[in-house]
Amino acid sequence: MVKSVLSVNHQGLTDWLIQRVSAIVMTIYSLGLLAYLVVQSEMDYTAWHALFSHGWMKLATLLFILCLLFHAWVGMWTVFTDYIKPFLLRFILQLIVFLSLVSFFFASLLILWGV
Amino acid sequence: MFALPTLPRYNRVFEIFKGNLVVVTKQRPKNLNLLTIHFPLPAIVSILHRISGVILFLMLPFMLWALELSLSSPADFDSLRQFLSSPLMKWIIWGLLSAFIYHFFAGIRHLLMDIHVGDELKSGRLSAKLTMIISIVVMILAGVWLW
Repeated sequence: MVKSVLSVNHQGLTDWLIQRVSAIVMTIYSLGLLAYLVVQSEMDYTAWHALFSHGWMKLATLLFILCLLFHAWVGMWTVFTDYIKPFLLRFILQLIVFLSLVSFFFASLLILWGV
Repeated sequence: MFALPTLPRYNRVFEIFKGNLVVVTKQRPKNLNLLTIHFPLPAIVSILHRISGVILFLMLPFMLWALELSLSSPADFDSLRQFLSSPLMKWIIWGLLSAFIYHFFAGIRHLLMDIHVGDELKSGRLSAKLTMIISIVVMILAGVWLW
């Protein structure tokens, strides 16, 4: 059966968009956290813990981590498809990346809501 | 009749000369000295962006572990701080920060190219140079902050 190259649900465009949107979100979060660290010159447990006790900080951090995971997925997919030619090896590597990213997501949920 | 000169195809260049299409042969410089051949800077900037991205991905478990420890209790926070302040760990943290800093600025270069800033040969070379310079300066600043 002949398949059109466009019948992959425009995956390239979606990847492109995910990479850009997540990059912008992460840039804003990183600059915000950097600004906080600069203002809060003496960082101790109390201040750090207080920062992550706020609901909005948990949400912002979760959004950041979610963007990071999607960004990492697209990035690793690109690297693997460029350099790893054997299908089975690439499949296994991508599976490992996928499962790690999913577990990172749940780990970060536990960390953030454990505060 | 006009006959095409029998030359290797890659040597033929079509040019307009006094209103006529003419075939000229170009003597192309050959350079096979591996010591003088190197990737152009934009290519190096691009491959380093990939490498730094993969490094950041591989360090994710470590970063999550550090985040967990830093938030769990004051004692854990202090032990993490102690652990990270050893000379070897400082170098590792600096390497990680450098990968982040580089990936950040090279990524911004990509985003700017998406809105057609620096997507031509000359401006692309300039932005590659700027990415390198800014990243190195910020990496040094991060090192100063760490030590």
